[in-house]
Amino acid sequence: MSLEAFAVLAAALFGVGLHGALGQRSVVMLMMGLELMLGGVVVGAAAVRHYLTPDVAEGQVLVLLVVTAMAVEMAVGFAVVTALFRARDVDTTDLAAELRR
Amino acid sequence: MDDPAPWWGALVLPAALLLAAVAAAGFGAVLTGAAEQGPGGGARAVGGRALAPLREGLRLLGRPPRRTTAADRLLGRLGVALVPVAAVLAAAVLPWGTRPLADPGVGIVWFNAMEALAWAAVWLAGWAPNSALSLIGGYRFLAQGLAYELPHMLAVTTAGLGAGSLRVSEVVDAQRGLWFAVWMPAAFAVYLLSALAMAFWGPFDHPLGQDLAGGAAVELAGVDRLVFLGGRWLLLVVTAGFAVPLFLGGGHGPLLPDGLWTSLKTAAVLALLLVARRALPTLRMDRYLEPAWTVLVPLALLQALVVAVVVLN
Amino acid sequence: MPVLDEVLFVVLALLAVGGAVMVFRFDSMARATYALLTALLCVGGEVLLLGLDYLGVVIVLMMTIEMALMAVFMVMYMMNPAGLVPMSMVHNPRLALAVAGTVFAALTVGAVLAPWPVGRARQPVDPTRELGRALMGPQMLTMMTLGMALFATIVVSVVLATPRGRYQRFGDDLRSRPADDPLPAGTRR
Repeated sequence: MSLEAFAVLAAALFGVGLHGALGQRSVVMLMMGLELMLGGVVVGAAAVRHYLTPDVAEGQVLVLLVVTAMAVEMAVGFAVVTALFRARDVDTTDLAAELRR
Repeated sequence: MDDPAPWWGALVLPAALLLAAVAAAGFGAVLTGAAEQGPGGGARAVGGRALAPLREGLRLLGRPPRRTTAADRLLGRLGVALVPVAAVLAAAVLPWGTRPLADPGVGIVWFNAMEALAWAAVWLAGWAPNSALSLIGGYRFLAQGLAYELPHMLAVTTAGLGAGSLRVSEVVDAQRGLWFAVWMPAAFAVYLLSALAMAFWGPFDHPLGQDLAGGAAVELAGVDRLVFLGGRWLLLVVTAGFAVPLFLGGGHGPLLPDGLWTSLKTAAVLALLLVARRALPTLRMDRYLEPAWTVLVPLALLQALVVAVVVLN
Repeated sequence: MPVLDEVLFVVLALLAVGGAVMVFRFDSMARATYALLTALLCVGGEVLLLGLDYLGVVIVLMMTIEMALMAVFMVMYMMNPAGLVPMSMVHNPRLALAVAGTVFAALTVGAVLAPWPVGRARQPVDPTRELGRALMGPQMLTMMTLGMALFATIVVSVVLATPRGRYQRFGDDLRSRPADDPLPAGTRR
């Protein structure tokens, strides 16, 4: 176990998540990708805290922040999907393109 | 972890849980029998009723499992097996006497996390057989989870707050004088309610309701059914048992040794829950969800506030 | 037990990445969701390995509940929830793969080659207590912002997701009682 090993794991989770977030058409699958990316960030942040600054509590606060972001992302994401689906019967990102404007 | 439990504890624990579950199921069967066919018939009839769950379990062992079309076997197995596994993992922080098998600094959170596995387990068991009734049962449990989990977490946190620690043994030690149940009655009541809901049992057995012909368990037969329903009894025993270190002073008590006090108190809580089942009708989840959020959550928050003020002083 | 830790790290890492990949390969949404849960539980395990007991167990708790609920939405919003009729739900797969691959490669190269400073500080005795002291002390503002953000999330997601408001429930003058609900709920207000 070393910082490098954890960082590579974090990069792998981030990469797989990014692939899903970019390549999936369904909004809900896209959100799974985002969750994975944030999971990678959690591993990275926890590893940096452990190996570089174990005496600084702010490292843990950062991890807590990211985990909260995961929960918020899920809740608001599904609420938006539900609103979109009610309004236009839309469940893929391609069909929701007007959100860009 | 200053006083680690012996390694064989990991073997004894599931066996002891199983024994307690069989005893609880037997007592439940006696109560059911007395309610349905009238009390009585002497010791022999009562004994026969008490052994009925054991007989049923053995009968299920010999039954073949049921196959449904386009079932998701992998997820189904996972869901069924997860129920007893979650119960045993949660029991790892359950103290016998005053020391649990494992006593991590975050024991209470661990217990909560392992109980939450039941959410996944029941939904998976309901989803996997590709059957409408069992899927509805699975969804019902998720709605139930949304109703009970938040008050439950607040109640459990209140006990940790009162002790100033998330370590189970320290929570027990903090109750050497006064039980938490005495000065946190609201948290204790909320915990007992959620203990029933967590084991989806008694008034909270809507996910496995009669109106769904058995709900999430409708397509389970043979060993699967035994593991799922037996796991539910394990969950009930473990949640009842965890009320003892959290609110009832753990193994502390006069005269008798710690372990005996723990067993006695656990048995008392279990008996209370079993009798409550006979006294209360099944709650529909849409009926429970709103009071859970508008009454139980504020109540639990107030209780936490009171405890926080007391602790600060 | 450093050897046990090494083995645990490798096993959890492989399971995490394997689960992550399977999320986008399974046709069944239930399987995809629970593959994601596997990956995130392994993330929780890695955080435990890194000495953060409280945060690791909290990740396990939160992700279990989150994914159990997520499965409902996955089944609700996919055309083919059980994967019985496999269909392709991707766009721009090559570009996505290229971008993700490049990012992964760049991050990995950075992770391996970066001149990481050597940490000399000692691990805290009780990280949970450290975190609590930080949140209730110097980081109080962070904690309060988090709390407000979570509360706002509850309000916002309910407002976004429900099509009915008080005018639907109580009528145009807000006076009709009892409320007109699709399901009469427990408190009957």
